[in-house]
Amino acid sequence: MNWAFWLPLLIVLSSLLAALVIFILPEEKTKTRIGLNIGAALLKIVLVAIMLWGVHSGYQFETRLPLLPGLELVLRADTLAMLFVALSAGLWLLTTVYAIGYLEDSPHRSRFFGFFGLCVTATVGVALAGNLITFLLFYELLTLATYPLIIHRGTEAARKAGRTYLIYTLAGGALLLIGTVWLYTLTGTLEFTARGFLSTLDSMHHPALIIIFVLLITGLGVKAALFPLHGWLPQAMVAPAPVSALLHAVAVVKAGAFGIIRVIYDVFGIEFSASLGVTLPLAIVASVTIIYASVRALFQDDLKRRLAFSTVSQVSYITLGVAIVGPLATIGGIVHLVHQGVMKITLFFCAGNLAETLGIHKVSEMSGVGRRMPWTMAAFTIGAFGMIGAPPLAGFISKWYLGLGALQAGQDWVIFVLAGSTLLNAAYFLPILYAAWFGKSTGSWPNERNIGRYETSLALLIPPVITAILAVLLGLLASVPFSPLEWTRLITSLEYTP
Amino acid sequence: MNLIFDTHWVMMLILLPLFGAVACFLWSRQAVTLGLITAVSVLLSVIALTLQVLEQGTLRYAVGGWGAPLGIDLYVDGLSLLMLIVTAVVGVAISVYSSAYFKPGKAKHYWPLWMFLWAALNSLFLSADIFNLYVTLELMGLAAVALVALSGSASALAAAMRYLLISLLGSLFYLMGVALLYHAYGTVDIALLAQQVESSPAVWAAIGLMVTGLLLKIALFPLHFWLPAAHSSAPAPVSALLSALVVKASFYILLRLWLDVFPEANLALSYLLGLLGASAIIWGGIQALYQTRLKLLIAYSTVMQIGYLFLAFPLASIIGWKAVFYLLLSHAIAKTAMFMAAGNILFYGGHDQIADLDRVAQRLPITLTAFGLAGISLMGLPPSGGFIAKWLLLEAIILSGQWWWAIILIAGGLLTGAYVFKVIGFAFTQAEVPHEPRMVPKRMEWVTLTVAVLAIMLGFMAPQLLALMDLGAPFGETMS
Repeated sequence: MNWAFWLPLLIVLSSLLAALVIFILPEEKTKTRIGLNIGAALLKIVLVAIMLWGVHSGYQFETRLPLLPGLELVLRADTLAMLFVALSAGLWLLTTVYAIGYLEDSPHRSRFFGFFGLCVTATVGVALAGNLITFLLFYELLTLATYPLIIHRGTEAARKAGRTYLIYTLAGGALLLIGTVWLYTLTGTLEFTARGFLSTLDSMHHPALIIIFVLLITGLGVKAALFPLHGWLPQAMVAPAPVSALLHAVAVVKAGAFGIIRVIYDVFGIEFSASLGVTLPLAIVASVTIIYASVRALFQDDLKRRLAFSTVSQVSYITLGVAIVGPLATIGGIVHLVHQGVMKITLFFCAGNLAETLGIHKVSEMSGVGRRMPWTMAAFTIGAFGMIGAPPLAGFISKWYLGLGALQAGQDWVIFVLAGSTLLNAAYFLPILYAAWFGKSTGSWPNERNIGRYETSLALLIPPVITAILAVLLGLLASVPFSPLEWTRLITSLEYTP
Repeated sequence: MNLIFDTHWVMMLILLPLFGAVACFLWSRQAVTLGLITAVSVLLSVIALTLQVLEQGTLRYAVGGWGAPLGIDLYVDGLSLLMLIVTAVVGVAISVYSSAYFKPGKAKHYWPLWMFLWAALNSLFLSADIFNLYVTLELMGLAAVALVALSGSASALAAAMRYLLISLLGSLFYLMGVALLYHAYGTVDIALLAQQVESSPAVWAAIGLMVTGLLLKIALFPLHFWLPAAHSSAPAPVSALLSALVVKASFYILLRLWLDVFPEANLALSYLLGLLGASAIIWGGIQALYQTRLKLLIAYSTVMQIGYLFLAFPLASIIGWKAVFYLLLSHAIAKTAMFMAAGNILFYGGHDQIADLDRVAQRLPITLTAFGLAGISLMGLPPSGGFIAKWLLLEAIILSGQWWWAIILIAGGLLTGAYVFKVIGFAFTQAEVPHEPRMVPKRMEWVTLTVAVLAIMLGFMAPQLLALMDLGAPFGETMS
């Protein structure tokens, strides 16, 4: 019992305990709730920073608690986990600030922030999970914690979206469960191990392993919104903006993508997966998702729905990078986990600002909005260019490595997917930017409210500006030590046999 | 002399609730206080017994010093101990709940009956012979029927009457089986029978009768027809008792007989039981989904969850038995919380129409949280006792190679999700409260939540509980 044992647990508990206290807090105690929210988020960041430093200096952090005979609840800080933990902790703070501003004076805030905290707890648990059963545990907890956030508004549409979400995710969770138990009966262990733990298994089990692979990836693919399992995501847009931001950038979608990374690298092992012949089909599914969702995004007039399809497309970059067998593609895929998160959260914050301040929900209403809300639209522009993959932004780095990786692995066709996706991204983002900056304003907005002295309240403005700056810095300073890219190189070096 | 290790706690477990019943009957004005005192002392006795058994191993106690075959033997192993523990935990919770739930007029009838039921349950779990099991089964049935009739409404009386007939019929079948076995082997002691019973027509007839009688009482599909009416028309604490404990007691007898007395189980019969279980899961789940009243929904959910218990029969593996036994414990706790929650909602709004729940649900956040937590366990989502059970059961299924049960298991989980969330979804809608509500006593809400949290906590107690199950190796020797 020491720091190495307690730190991972504390990182999970910091938001859990805050959430539980917030649940029982009376609605009118706004100050206490804000204090708790921000305090817990800051505490988590400090703890994560300590752990990051520790992992970098070679310390092993691991929490083990008995769960079942032969199986333990394991929280372990390996390099891959740290990438996701740091992302969640950082973006949680910003989203919390944003959500406090966004939900000012709206009802049921205790309930909202309670589940919000649970959601982050589950995400961090997913990140730190040291074996598949722990992962599964937090993965399902995530489903349960996000459902109340999606139906928070309580309208008929919200309940319908919540129902769709549950049908998809519970079914996905069930597949994941079967795959996990099956795997356990074959191997007797579920411990994540760099380069996987299955390659030593007798080759007569290989057909079973392929089925297990399909079960696990399908189960995870629901949350990662792989085509054709993405149906819930655009519907879930009825949720309040901070929830969408969190769902798309950090929590749900990323948990799925992160799970795919874990399964391929630390359960099957990338080289063993390739020898099973399962990576190419996955790369094809990811590519289809990328193109299909981009095409769908073109035709959405609802801004949040357009962003949602964009998420479906962009998250599949991660899967694609993972499924192309090669170190450079792996770097591109994994680093996109962070890059996409930072860029997409910027876009959703901005969309929320437009809706909250001016009542703008549709792309067609955005004409000339750049002059009314310059800071918001500047951040939006950076996010959009990042998504398109323009240098020197974060998105460019991901695409560059994905492209190089594809060539390195001899999968030249991927270049066409990337190029096509870039064009489509440009096609659905540039008209928005053009209209916002150069379009004529009609002078009146659907539902304008004056909040704050600036273009909107500071709590709503500062988070997207920070994330936009981050998106630039992640691209410019990509090779600085501790940057996600450098960290990803470290992860990748562990996953391939030298 | 060591107080914990030398006291005959097994006797205390039978005598305490029995005295409690008499006391509640005699001093009916103090029934609530007396009942609560009894409940707590039973819980303490169970804890003491657990310590005793952990120290000294399985325990066989001859009442009055007369051993088998003449006297009555009591036997404690992991299986009976866990049943006693869960009964005590549920019992205390229900006692606290009932202390606020019943008006004085009803309370004076309720408490003696409930204490009597508890005594019957405890003696059932402790019985070491099949005749004694019959006697306790009958006592339990009678107490349960009286409790169902307690609310006095026409529908409750009709349900109670039907329940009485079914209960008697079930016991009768069981008794005939006992008679056949006694005639063939001259003993009713489970341990002695276990050594002697061999496959023969008489034995098979006995098995057929006993299994049929017990299935009727367990309410396994298609013999479940009496359960929804009986469980849903009873007062909430009684519904909880019936679903959590009474039905399980009959299953406990079946499990004991199957594991110890019946000769190497018949493959066809075990598959039949598995098949009925699977049908119960699907049928019960679909029925639950279509109910318009909350208590009926929960009752059908019990029909469904009972089905899971029978999936272990065709698997016939230690891990399978442990899985369903874990499920039994988790379900007992979760279902208690769920019926209590339904009771709170009914208490508050005066009805349990699911379509109108949105008017009630938001005013009872604690109750609804409890319902949700219990639901998580029923769905088998982590972290909860239900998840541990589902994990083990899935493991047993895959190890046996009979993968088709896995499909049933998963389908059942999704069906449960569908009907649990059908209820929970209402908590988030915005609706007006049209009528004057009746405030739910704080005690009732908090005890509901406590039990629900316990259902979740069961997800973290698996190593200890599974180790307890191994005591006396009721499921056969584990390889370790």
